[in-house]
This record gives sequence, structure tokens and C-alpha cells, in this order.
Amino acid sequence: MTLLNIENLEVTFPLRSGSVTAIRDVSFTVDQGERIGIVGESGAGKSVSAFAILNLISKPGYISGGRIEFDGTLLSELDESTMQQIRGNRISMIFQDPMMTLNPVLSIGTQMEESILAHRKISRAEARNIAVDKLRAVQIPSAQKRLKQYPHELSGGMRQRVVIAIALLTDPQLIIADEPTTALDVTIQAEILELLQNLCNEFNVGLILITHDLGVVSQVTQKIIVMYAGAIIEQGDTENIVTRPKHHYTRGLLKALPENTTPGEKLNQINGVMPTLQDIPHGCLFHNRCDMVKDVCRKVQPNLQGIASHSVACHFPISYEE
Amino acid sequence: MFAFLVRRLGQAILVMLVISILSFSIQDELGDPLRELVGQSVSEEIRNQLRDELGLNDPFLVQYWRFLKNAVQGDLGTSYFFKRPALDVILDKLPATIDLVVAATFWIILFSVPAGMFAAIRPNHWLSKLCMGLSILGISIPVFLTAIFLIQIFAVNLGWFPAYGRGDTVVLFGGWETSLLSLDGLSHLLLPSVSLASVILPLFVRIIRSEMMEVLETEYVKFAWAKGLSKYRIWTVHAFKNTLLPVITVGGVQLGIMVAYTILTETVFQWPGMGFMFLEAINRVDTPLIVAYLIVVGLIFVITNTVVDIIYGLVNPMVKLTGR
Ligand SMILES: Nc1ncnc2c1ncn2[C@@H]1O[C@H](COP(=O)(O)OP(=O)(O)OP(=O)(O)O)[C@@H](O)[C@H]1O
Ligand SMILES: [Mg+2]
Repeated sequence: MTLLNIENLEVTFPLRSGSVTAIRDVSFTVDQGERIGIVGESGAGKSVSAFAILNLISKPGYISGGRIEFDGTLLSELDESTMQQIRGNRISMIFQDPMMTLNPVLSIGTQMEESILAHRKISRAEARNIAVDKLRAVQIPSAQKRLKQYPHELSGGMRQRVVIAIALLTDPQLIIADEPTTALDVTIQAEILELLQNLCNEFNVGLILITHDLGVVSQVTQKIIVMYAGAIIEQGDTENIVTRPKHHYTRGLLKALPENTTPGEKLNQINGVMPTLQDIPHGCLFHNRCDMVKDVCRKVQPNLQGIASHSVACHFPISYEE
Repeated sequence: MFAFLVRRLGQAILVMLVISILSFSIQDELGDPLRELVGQSVSEEIRNQLRDELGLNDPFLVQYWRFLKNAVQGDLGTSYFFKRPALDVILDKLPATIDLVVAATFWIILFSVPAGMFAAIRPNHWLSKLCMGLSILGISIPVFLTAIFLIQIFAVNLGWFPAYGRGDTVVLFGGWETSLLSLDGLSHLLLPSVSLASVILPLFVRIIRSEMMEVLETEYVKFAWAKGLSKYRIWTVHAFKNTLLPVITVGGVQLGIMVAYTILTETVFQWPGMGFMFLEAINRVDTPLIVAYLIVVGLIFVITNTVVDIIYGLVNPMVKLTGR
């Protein structure tokens, strides 16, 4: 069953220097309980896509096109108070930096209870019980005691567990995790990812995992979407993307992963930088960094083509002999 | 909490020592106290004798030590003009000034919090722009001008409020008189307190606005939106509580500074407080009274700062009053 269906999403920022389109023509679906990953380098439009789903794009940005359908409702048509009932209730979000996500002057208990009480008509005591349950679910020791603590009393990894527990409080259908491990130590990263994966599995929660690390998503998600300069340039089943990437950019990303580099050799960087939104090139978005660039790439923008399990926006996709 | 208070007390004593040295050492610059005491007709010989008796010919440190010893026992000298202990004179005037400061603080909090919050939340609304414009105006107009305007309009033209004096007072326990509890007292208090507030209020509006705007951009506020909380909870609990921290720090100092502004306000409105008294004491070169005033004001400063620190610690969980 399709849980989230995004079609031709477009987000625009009207800035003083002229308006920029941060994401263009973004379409993808998430099934019930499905885990998908969105990868791309900084500025590719991953966070903007995520915040667009909750209609929380920072001003002056706005959704300038497309439709977002969640569990049968068109989110783009909802008024603010109905949308508020979906946020943090049926769709939860996990942010990048757990040091900044929790309010420093409110206790963990307050920040958890308010989240439940905003969406459920239950007593404070009942809310507290749910909070303790979820803290246990994310394997935080002495959960009861944590409620009285403040964010600064917890380590980064603990805080991200608290944030995940908050995301789980209302038994959401979808969790959007925007780089949930980027700010953490490598060892803790793996723990948190595994926890997130297990919890989504256990409670049949859909997950959109945003990261700039292809290595990270490939371990957790069933589908991968590769974004570049505000557009999806390749998407498909994780297996396909990781073993048979069709876009030269995706292949570059895979080659650049430390685990795909022979020890002692230099990392395989992709030359050049991603174009900024102000100077999106004609034709293929990637052509000025591509080794295989031909004339047509500079003139005609390739469309995403293929099947659900693997599609790519490239005039000369990499082909693999079966 | 105890360790905090002990440390704070140490600091307070140090600050008070510095203030006492400063205020004591300026008294020589203020003119010859003997002229005030005995008038012109007394011969130079008798004057010198009197100086000796009063200890005015002793070295500075000896005089200061004597002053300090007395001060610790609550004796700040005797007012030349009132012929009464300077501290008693000041304590008589203190309630009136406290009334004024309390009322002004009330206005400041009542208006600056909603205005600052609104201006931060809706920076482009015409009301916010009006607030910001008025606050610039408020900062640039001197207190005495505001005071004179208020008197002209509300006392002289409209006749709604009295132009000067303190009105009826109610005596509380310990003989403390307050204007806050009688209607007549309140109507006398209105114009002076508004004009006193007019200096600090705009500053508060601006601090609250700019701090709150910063807080509204933080990740934890974005996260609060993503949790689906109501906007009122986000503004008043998540954003405002964090806005308060810097506001308390800056605001506490400003409330102390307000005591200095009472000199102007009280003089214009002939409010019988210690500011008015201080100006008169300067005119009369009533040195002991001047020195005593400076010391009492210093003490008020120290107390305000301590209270501000304690409140800050209560709002900010990262400050443990015990651990400091
Ligand atoms: N508040 C904003 N005002 C103006 N432009 C913005 C704003 N937020 C995002 N953008 C534009 O949208 C683009 C995509 O931003 P986004 O935050 O989605 O990137 P990202 O893929 O999440 O990158 P990162 O890995 O750094 O988080 C940015 O390059 C920026 O130009
Ligand atoms: Mg981002």
C-alpha cells in the first residue's frame, strides 16, 4: 500500500536577488513500512524535500508546484490546523544535530509529554507512561529518571535516542530522518542506524532516511533516491543502485566511498562542484563534471526514465552486460 | 544554593568597599562643609578648631577608616541640613522611590513582553514597524522632556492626573508607606512612573524582539513545529523561555540604571523620593547625605544583581546555583 506519494514537487525561494527553485520535478513514493534513502551532496535539496512534506519550509520558501498525498489525503490542500495534527503525530521528524534539536531549558519529560498531549486526549500521567515506554524502546537506561533531566545532562548519542523516542511517541506511520547520524561519532552512528532500522521494522513504520553517505543508506533502506542540484537523477532498489549504478554521478559517489578505495590510495573524488541554484546549467545538470559528456548533454535535459525498480536521468547511462 | 550565596556575598562586600571608597573620596571635592555648618561670620581660628574636632584635618585613610567603622554599624554620618542621621533621612525617602521603580518596572514588563514578542513573530506587520519606530523615538527623547510632555497633556490640558506630589499613602508594617494601595496614590504615581519607564521600555522591546527572532530560527524551535505543537505553545514556552535568559541579564542591569533616572523623574514631578532628595543635597552641599545616598544606591545595585542572578539560575537549567 502506498503511504506517501509525491508528484512533481517544486519548491521556490523568492529571494531579493531573484527567486530560485530549490527542488524541481521531485516524484517518489513510500509504501507502508518501507524504508527509502535520499542521498546527495550538500545543497542538493534533500532537507527542502523533507520539510516540504510537513509544509514547514522556512520562509520565504513555498511549495510552488506538484502534489503530496499521504495516506489518501492531499497534504497540499490541508489548512494549518489539520496539518498540525499530522506533524509529529502521523509523520515524525528526526533532525541532524541532537545537540541543537532539544530545547535546552525544558526537561526531557516536558518535551516528550507535550508531544503526546498535542495529539492525544489523555492525562499527563498516561503521557508520562508512554514516554517511559518509548525511552525503553530506544534502549535508554533508567528511563524513568531521564524525564527529570535536561538535554545538557545527556551525551550526543543519548540525545539522539531521546529524539527518536519523541518521534515514536504517537506511533507514526512515517518517520523522516534528516541526517540523523551526521553529527555523531562513527561507532554511535552505526548503533543509532541499527536502532532506527529495527524500530521501523518492528512497528511497521515507513522511513525516509536522508544522508549524504551512500554507504549509510545502502545498509538500511530498500530504495535509494539520488538527488543532484534540486532534482532526482537516479532512483531505484538499493541493490540496483549500489551494484549497477546507471548515472555517472552515482557511480562517482560509490567510487568515492572509503570502503571502495584500496587502502593507501587517494579517495576517488568527483571533479568539480555541484552547480548552485543560481546557475543551473542548460541540458544535463551534471554535464560539466561528467567524463562521458557529449554535445546533446549540454543542450537537452534528460528525463528520469526506466522502471520503478531502477530509473535514471542520463542520455548515456552506464550499461551492464547480464 | 548556600555556596552560591556565600560567594555572592563576598562579591557584594568587595563591590560595596569600592563604592564606599569612591563616594567617600569625592566628598572633599564637593566644597567646604564648614560653610554650611557655621555660616560666614565665624573667624578662621574657630573654623580650624572645629575642623580638628570633626576630624577633617586627619589623613584620608584615618578618616576613611572611621567612616567605614561607623558605616558598618549603620551610621553614615549626620545630614548637615536635616540635622538627623543621613541613613534615616534616606530610609524615609526610600519607599517613595521604590514605589516609582516598582510601578515603572510593571509598565516595562506589561508592554515590552507582548510588544517584543509580537514584533519578533510578525516582523513585517505594520504594528511591529510602529513599535520599532516608537522605540527609537522613546530611546532618543530625554526623560525630562517626556515628563514635561506628559504633565502638559495629561495634567495641565486634560486635567486627568495630578502634576506633582505623591498623594495619599497607605502605611504597611514597619512604617513603610506606599502609594500603590490607594487610588489617589496611584493617580499621582501614574505620570512619573510612565515617564520613568519610557527610557527603559523601548530598550526592552528591542532586546526581546532581537533575541526572540534569533531563538525562532533555532533548530529546537523548528523541531517543536515538526512535533505538531500549537503555535502559542511554541512562542510562549519554547521560544520565550529561551529569549528570557539574555533579557534577564541585560534587563537586570537596566533596572539598576533606572534608579539613576529616578533623580530626573522625581525632580520634574517633585516626587518626594531619594532622587529628589539627592539633588537637593547636592545644592546644599550636604556631604554626608550625598555619600550616604551613593552607598545606598550601590547597595540597591548589588541586591538587584544578586536577585537577577538567582532568577537566571532558576530559568536556566544549565546553571546550577549549588554547583557554583
Ligand atoms: N531558507 C532558505 N532560503 C533560501 N534558500 C534556501 C533556504 N533553504 C534552502 N535553500 C536553498 O535550497 C537548496 C537546498 O537546500 P537543502 O537544505 O535542501 O540542502 P541539503 O541537500 O539538505 O544539504 P545538506 O546536506 O547541507 O543538508 C540550498 O542550496 C539553498 O540554495
Ligand atoms: Mg539538509
